[in-house]
Amino acid sequence: MQAAFDEMTGADGGVRPAYGELSRWLAEIPPDVLDYRRREAEVIFRRSGITFAVYGDAAAQERLIPFDVLPRIISAAEWSRLAVGLEQRMKALNLYIKDIYGKREILKAGHIPEDLIFQNPAFRPEMNGQKVPHDIYVHIAGIDVVRVDADDFYVLEDNARTPSGVSYMLENREIMLRLFPELFARHRVAPVERYPDELLATLKSVAPASASSDPTAVLLTPGVFNSAYYEHSFLADKLGIELVEGRDLFVKNESVFMRTTEGPKRVDVVYRRVDDDFLDPLAFRPDSTLGVPGLMSAYQAGNVTLANAVGTGVADDKAIYSYMPQIVKFYLGEEPLLKNVPTWRCREEEHLAYVLDHLEELVVKEVHGSGGYGMLIGPMADKATIATFRAKLRAQPKNFIAQPTLALSTCPTCVNEGVAPRHVDLRPFVLAGRDRIRIVPGGLTRVALSQGSLVVNSSQGGGTKDTWVLDR
Amino acid sequence: MRIRVSHLTTYRYEASPKSVIQTLRLTPRNHAGQYVVYWRIDVSADCRLAQQEDAFGNISHAFTADGPLNELKVFVEGEVETRDTQGLVAGAVERFPPSLFLRETPLTLADDAILSFAQEIRAAHADTLSALHAMTVRLNGDITYDTNPTGSNTTAAEAFSLRRGVCQDLTHIFIAACRSLAIPARYVGGHFHRSDGVTSQEAGHAWAEAFVPDLGWVAFDPTNGISATEAHVRVAIGLDYLGAAPVRGTRTGGGQETLTVAVNVDQAMRQSQN
Amino acid sequence: MLSRTADNLYWLSRYVERAECLARILEVTQRLSTLPIATGATNEWESAVATAGCVHAFSEVYDEANEENVTEFLCFSTANPSSIRNCIEMARTNARAVRTALTVEMWDAINGTWLELKRFGNGPSSREEFMRFLRWVQESSLRFDGSAYRTMLRNDSYWFSRLGVFLERADNTARILDVKYHLLLPDKERVGGPLDYFQWAAILRSVSALTAYHWVYKENVQPWLIADLLILKDEMPRSLASCYVNIVENLDKIAKAYGRQGPAQRGARDIRTKLENSRVEEIFQEGLHEFIEDFILANHKLGSAVTEQYLM
Repeated sequence: MQAAFDEMTGADGGVRPAYGELSRWLAEIPPDVLDYRRREAEVIFRRSGITFAVYGDAAAQERLIPFDVLPRIISAAEWSRLAVGLEQRMKALNLYIKDIYGKREILKAGHIPEDLIFQNPAFRPEMNGQKVPHDIYVHIAGIDVVRVDADDFYVLEDNARTPSGVSYMLENREIMLRLFPELFARHRVAPVERYPDELLATLKSVAPASASSDPTAVLLTPGVFNSAYYEHSFLADKLGIELVEGRDLFVKNESVFMRTTEGPKRVDVVYRRVDDDFLDPLAFRPDSTLGVPGLMSAYQAGNVTLANAVGTGVADDKAIYSYMPQIVKFYLGEEPLLKNVPTWRCREEEHLAYVLDHLEELVVKEVHGSGGYGMLIGPMADKATIATFRAKLRAQPKNFIAQPTLALSTCPTCVNEGVAPRHVDLRPFVLAGRDRIRIVPGGLTRVALSQGSLVVNSSQGGGTKDTWVLDR
Repeated sequence: MRIRVSHLTTYRYEASPKSVIQTLRLTPRNHAGQYVVYWRIDVSADCRLAQQEDAFGNISHAFTADGPLNELKVFVEGEVETRDTQGLVAGAVERFPPSLFLRETPLTLADDAILSFAQEIRAAHADTLSALHAMTVRLNGDITYDTNPTGSNTTAAEAFSLRRGVCQDLTHIFIAACRSLAIPARYVGGHFHRSDGVTSQEAGHAWAEAFVPDLGWVAFDPTNGISATEAHVRVAIGLDYLGAAPVRGTRTGGGQETLTVAVNVDQAMRQSQN
Repeated sequence: MLSRTADNLYWLSRYVERAECLARILEVTQRLSTLPIATGATNEWESAVATAGCVHAFSEVYDEANEENVTEFLCFSTANPSSIRNCIEMARTNARAVRTALTVEMWDAINGTWLELKRFGNGPSSREEFMRFLRWVQESSLRFDGSAYRTMLRNDSYWFSRLGVFLERADNTARILDVKYHLLLPDKERVGGPLDYFQWAAILRSVSALTAYHWVYKENVQPWLIADLLILKDEMPRSLASCYVNIVENLDKIAKAYGRQGPAQRGARDIRTKLENSRVEEIFQEGLHEFIEDFILANHKLGSAVTEQYLM
């Protein structure tokens, strides 16, 4: 693994222009300022109740995600390059899903093996031939991108199901504005606070034809025990829409209603943060108590929009991911603007052989895994772990893909020893409405807080940073 | 053969539910082996029955009924003209390529026991078709028909280890075994006309279809140890019972419910001159 | 608003009020149990369990009631769904489910209480500490109630939350009367008996009405006047009448805002009218016990009507 690219210092050791002010400011301030602000931030976060539940950890059920007070800065030029690429990716994702549940032309053309789709758990047969309003399937995507040098952005994952984290983007900015007004004054930072407005506009734009001119949208949450519940309630509040659970909704004559103190109220758009499997016990898991019985029949009748659509997982699967360059080309006739990380599909024999020979240098991921679970980082793993993975790979090659271990870029981060470079990724949020694609300049920067670590997932000790996109 | 089917599902409620919602897959479609002469569906409560086609091409009906309800009856009846196609299913509505029916589902997951059962049979036969026939016969012999130990949530593996079950269980085992051999297989819900003169049945019937290269979909009925014949009326298909279930529903409020199903499958009266 | 949100607000208030009431009952029981008791006197701990409405649940766990097990059961037991601990837990769960419908002050009050509850562990180590705990519960309720009163918008959220308070309070006052009614009956009237006086005073104390009593009646504590105060006096905040003034008012506000009224409004007015038109002499004549039992049932039915009409 080569030395990581540092976004402040750059390859030649000089401070890169976007970080000029931050670097000067860091040199000016007394040493204890950062530490003081850091503690202040924690107090504010705890008081406002921004917590994050970690699976399988009862003691830490309402843990705070560590927040780093130093912003990650992206220049205007870098952002505009990234944004165009994201928009292209979003268009391709939607065309692809429409095709997969419709004419399946990409399969007929032989670009993707059929069984990868039809035997994929994320493919939902129930969606086959189903028309969705305005042909938009992925309304909200959280596309994870990383950098390894000053030039390119690599997409790591297209989160096209129910991506989370946007509340941190918004809250991190609020807290930074409170803690560092002087630092903002020295920069021109593009605002992110209009995200809720953009999201609401997106949701309303995709209401079904039968909806009134002012459609009713709701946010469907699995409930308070969900790890992202805070975000759900935060967003519903910012959007000014009801935060509903399955039991708050019911279906009658193929329309969806919510139970209110004033009687049933028709619902047109459901921004759902409940997984496909649990959405409707009459169509999916019969034991689900989180869903709405009959929701799929209302969906099929075209009387409600689900955002995101059911079955979008067929686009963000890690095995499908490796075909994204072809997907972009096939539907848009363009070269992809964002790079894909080279990916070995262990389902293919030659790929598997290569992966088994190079486990020490590769990252191996489960095709259907997420959150950094079930992952092997070869260069960091001990011999025993590698051996375990080798066995797993041999037993179930289909379940894995492998990628080179990327030297993720680093950003200055405030840690116990002072300010030090730590690896980061970025999740910008891309919205697709009937009228256009909207991207708020910024996103969620996740940072691996321990030295050398490449795992940025909050469930595994990663932290977050405010992401500043400079206005010019 | 002209088969007359009537199928009555009755729910009795101890305390009235606030509302009931159901999705019904009770309506057969035509294919080369069967022609639906007439069919009607009737729900006892005031409601609108909305017809839809599900992803597999089955005709489904959805309805919601509001309480108070002491009981709810869902009644279907009709006549279907069938002919024997040696189990071949041709001209049916196909919405997916056969490979879709290799998907695993929780109800049809093959465990090691089913896996070795399947492999043993496969190894003993030169071609897929005869292996499938052998499997049908073996299951018919090995699994005792018994309505007691299994329910609608019983998985193939559970039923196989019990060596007992009903048509649903035998079908699930058959499907699990096929898929473990990379043979696409699917669940069929429908009705079966018994040749022994018994017309009254406690439930509908279930069997499987497996995809045989060069032949296409072929229907196997492991409960009866035969390929499907003109005695079979095919109503709905799915990856497993859940996908083809005649009724999937739920209710809000209310107390206990008791469910009774009465199915009658008989040869239709020949028309004759008055 | 969402029915579930209204339901959460309503139950949040009910559970806080219930916790407070339990604390009051226990405080009074503690005081009574320290008195020298004549033989054959009632077991105060038993009647505390009865007042809390969990005789059945209690008898499943314990054979007889004593200070130790009643304290544990009513305050800290996780097996008793209505223990103070569970009330606070449930209140906080309801609050968390409607976090954004609460003001910051309300959330801080209930969440702070919930966090502090852990400090008491599985029970106090001494009687002094137990008394401090009971004070703390009551203060927490006051803090929550005050923050709701001072910070909530006066809309349906507020009205449903108030409904919860007053329906629960009416239930609690009625239960205290239900368990102690025999002490107020004329045949028990051995005026001046010190034990009776303490018992009567205890009833008043359990609803913070000892001082109020003297202000209203300006005479010695008399059992029928206690009944009068707790049942019929509008100006006594924990009386059944006062609760119903508030219940009717809040239900009317909801009906006005929604432009529609229903069984809840009609039911509440009926109860209010009955309380308004009753005189304490008649109540005693026709049977205090029956009157209270009828009231508890009617109050419970109103709770169901509110649920049916708005909360589900």
